[in-house]
Amino acid sequence: MNSIERPLSHPGERPFGMYVHVPFCTVRCGYCDFNTYTADELGEGATRASYADTAISEIHRAAAEVGRRTVETVFFGGGTPTQLPSADLVRVLRAIDERLGLAEGVEVTTEANPDSVTPQSLATLREGGFTRISFGVQSAVPHVLATLERTHDPANVPQAVRWAREAGFEQVSVDLIYGTPGESMDDWRDSVEQAVALEPNHVSAYALIVEQGTAFARKVRRGEVVMPDDDETADKYVLADELLTAAGLGWYELSNWARDEAAQCRHNVLYWRSDDWWGIGPGAHSHLRAPGVDTEADAVAERWWNVKHPAAYAQRLAADASPRHDGEAIDAATAQVERIMLETRLRSGLDLDALSHGARTAVDGVVERGLATRNGDRLVLTRPGRLLADAVVRELVD
Amino acid sequence: MPEEVGEWLIMSNRPVPQPGATDPQILRNFCIIAHIDHGKSTLADRMLQHTGVVDGRDMKAQYLDRMDIERERGITIKSQAVRMPFTKSSGDDAGTIYVLNMIDTPGHVDFTYEVSRSLEACEGAVLLVDAAQGIEAQTLANLYLAIDADLDIIPVLNKIDLPGAQPEKYAEEIAGIIGGNPDDVLRVSAKTGQGVEELLNLIVDEVPPPQGDPDAPPRALIFDSVYDTYRGVVTYVRVVDGKLSHRDKIKMMSTGAVHEMLEVGVISPEPVKAGDLGVGEVGYLITGVKEVRQSRVGDTVTSNIRGATEPLGGYKNPNPMVFAGLYPMDGDDYPTLRDALEKLQLNDAALVYEPESSGALGFGFRIGFLGLLHLEIVRERLEREFNLELISTAPNVVYRVEMEDGKEITVTNPSEYPDGKIDKVYEPVVRATVLSPSDYIGVIMELCQARRGQLIGMDYLSEDRVEIKYTLPMGEIMFDFFDALKSRTKGYASLDYEPTGEEASDLVKVDVLLQGEVVDAFSAIVHRDNAYAYGVSLAGKLKELIPRQQFEVPIQAAIGARVIARENIRAIRKDVLAKCYGGDISRKRKLLEKQKEGKKRMKMVGRVEVPQEAFIAALSTGDADKK
Repeated sequence: MNSIERPLSHPGERPFGMYVHVPFCTVRCGYCDFNTYTADELGEGATRASYADTAISEIHRAAAEVGRRTVETVFFGGGTPTQLPSADLVRVLRAIDERLGLAEGVEVTTEANPDSVTPQSLATLREGGFTRISFGVQSAVPHVLATLERTHDPANVPQAVRWAREAGFEQVSVDLIYGTPGESMDDWRDSVEQAVALEPNHVSAYALIVEQGTAFARKVRRGEVVMPDDDETADKYVLADELLTAAGLGWYELSNWARDEAAQCRHNVLYWRSDDWWGIGPGAHSHLRAPGVDTEADAVAERWWNVKHPAAYAQRLAADASPRHDGEAIDAATAQVERIMLETRLRSGLDLDALSHGARTAVDGVVERGLATRNGDRLVLTRPGRLLADAVVRELVD
Repeated sequence: MPEEVGEWLIMSNRPVPQPGATDPQILRNFCIIAHIDHGKSTLADRMLQHTGVVDGRDMKAQYLDRMDIERERGITIKSQAVRMPFTKSSGDDAGTIYVLNMIDTPGHVDFTYEVSRSLEACEGAVLLVDAAQGIEAQTLANLYLAIDADLDIIPVLNKIDLPGAQPEKYAEEIAGIIGGNPDDVLRVSAKTGQGVEELLNLIVDEVPPPQGDPDAPPRALIFDSVYDTYRGVVTYVRVVDGKLSHRDKIKMMSTGAVHEMLEVGVISPEPVKAGDLGVGEVGYLITGVKEVRQSRVGDTVTSNIRGATEPLGGYKNPNPMVFAGLYPMDGDDYPTLRDALEKLQLNDAALVYEPESSGALGFGFRIGFLGLLHLEIVRERLEREFNLELISTAPNVVYRVEMEDGKEITVTNPSEYPDGKIDKVYEPVVRATVLSPSDYIGVIMELCQARRGQLIGMDYLSEDRVEIKYTLPMGEIMFDFFDALKSRTKGYASLDYEPTGEEASDLVKVDVLLQGEVVDAFSAIVHRDNAYAYGVSLAGKLKELIPRQQFEVPIQAAIGARVIARENIRAIRKDVLAKCYGGDISRKRKLLEKQKEGKKRMKMVGRVEVPQEAFIAALSTGDADKK
């Protein structure tokens, strides 16, 4: 790629990102409520072979709508993006560059299953412009992975990370899940320590959430698995935060840790700053601010989401129709709520000016109870505060 | 149905006796005594159809139950009276036209006094019993009231078409209770209409015509009083002596209040205006008063000029037996609640209330009810008709406290229980009657014993059915006694009770403290022997019901300064959803909004958020009973 061709984004313009959803997995994990399918679940018109072309046709539509808007970040998520041939992922990225234009220093991430990469596939991705890879490791403990119905062999993880480094990925991230039924505190310590040993630039750690409608939720309801007590989950968060911090990874969002500012996932930060993005793929959400407003207009932004099923998505695009399913106009008050909800989660904190007069009086209580500190004009959660972030947000939202 | 067409023709071709001009000799005033679900309303419907006052097309199921709540709950709260011309179809007087007044009676224990006034307006009663279930305690209680009122009893078994019907067995049981021969118990199916005509004939034969002096000053008994949005108060009366004319000014004998008579009439089954109501007749009058308390059940109506000097006997002021605090969930709704209570009182002479304030719940009202059903009905109507969200404290009875210094205090709210030196405390007691298959004698006695009951006696109604009588503190049966009774007897036992006075008892007030502060709405008065178990159970329940807060919440139960139980709600440590990416934001915001709504349903008690269920659910002693 020739850096001279990369335009800088216009000053004053909101950062803009692209999300590409890849709705394929080898197996459907019981806990996952993401919009994803195994290869044989899908019918005509929504195969893995045709998916890149389908996605590219939505990129054309996006370009027609937003024009040549410089793309600062691209994130391929799923599903398991690496279920697609690397060449397809690169082709999709190239289409974004051609139609919209990638910014100088663009961040391009893909999620990956440690079992579905090879040195060749990683090299193809890196050469094709991918800069960051995020491995779904979840746990280092076989019985925990089995409960999660993850099929990868934990022994393959260090190798996959090594290959990624060898392919030239400077930014390698590891995803972990804690609070799986049956996971002991020592199991979790093992997982975090082994993740740290991989020397990643970035770690995400999420408490397992039982999502309605998943196989996992049914098991919990039937009493086949028992979810851990919230206090234990809180202890695991604290343990992770301690171990990661000690290893030089600092939190920048309450479930995300990075070695330095450059290692933060800029694409996710864009979500948390209520910036603009276009989501490509079935079920993907998009968010665009109304141009040039930051005032009390009726709608300050628009959010929409695509039809959920890959077959329906493919059919829409094949018929030259918008894959959009539904959406919402976001007025100033709603945008305010979302901003508080999202920025409170960040290490950079919530701008106190964002708060209403009434909510500002709640800030003192939050600080007094040790849930947050004031850092200049920003409110930053403490560790106990991060664990109670939703409660804090409820106090700050009128 | 061809028979009905035939009767309709007879009725249209022959003059029907008119109100005010009906010979008492052809009048028959009767009521139906039955348990809920034993088919009273269906039988009433069938009679209306059979006598032709309602045709099949107009038939609303259960025509006589007016209010929606009543229809939904399948019970009758307010009684009414329907005038039905009936042509006798059997016996020597076949072909003679009679006028039947069917007076509908409320069927629940809370309304015993109203029942007794309805019975007073009749000369006969149809005792209606489900042929698959036998007589129930409340029916028996009402039957005794009817016998006391000298009514002629016509025993009837209903639902004989049901596969589970055992008419022989229950006919014998009824004969055992009221005397006579089991074969004399009439068998009907209100559902199919079988036996209904025979019953109507029997009513004419068995129920005596009303007696009264047509030339005496008018006296009429008020047996019901209903507020109507358009007409004001509609008063139902039974004329005993003389004549009430629409031109009269009338006087309420208990208060001496004089009202203009705007209208008199009969219900058949819609109101029909009339000139007069004569001896023995049953009908309504409208005077333009706006509150039922100005036209009270049991009072005697006479004319203002040349009126009677002696009222008919038996008038009582309704006394509230149960009190509970009702508070608006949202303090801003207080004026709405006040207005709503004022409106309900128009229609409910037994409802009394006064404003009170609670440290925990803010401003509300302490409301007196006839009983628990009355409480539930009032609460439901407030919520439904006035769109109010209410918190109810646990209901309590009225205690009379004698202090050592001779002062006497009436306690209608446990938090007002005096702190000083108490000499004696009196609590109301009831005589409870339980009817049950004899298999359950043991569990019933165990339950009554656990509720501080004293056995009065036990009688076998038949070989395998028994009537058990206990004296019980009213406070012990208020909350969940009936549920416990039902669950222990697999639903077979039935209960009736009547207040019989008060007894001195060793009672104490148990307070609940959250974070060291007494929460007045949780205070309860219990027997000293049960106080410890009560405190432990209550603290445990509150621990379950109150969600974890951001700080530790100690719960204590105490008698005075002595703590008898403690629990601790640990501080919540985790309240966060770990993941929030582009596709999660909309959903997460909606969840946040929902959580904020949920928070509105919490009541702040000090710093503690308490869900409204806690105020009433915590006080059910359910667990203690399910040993």
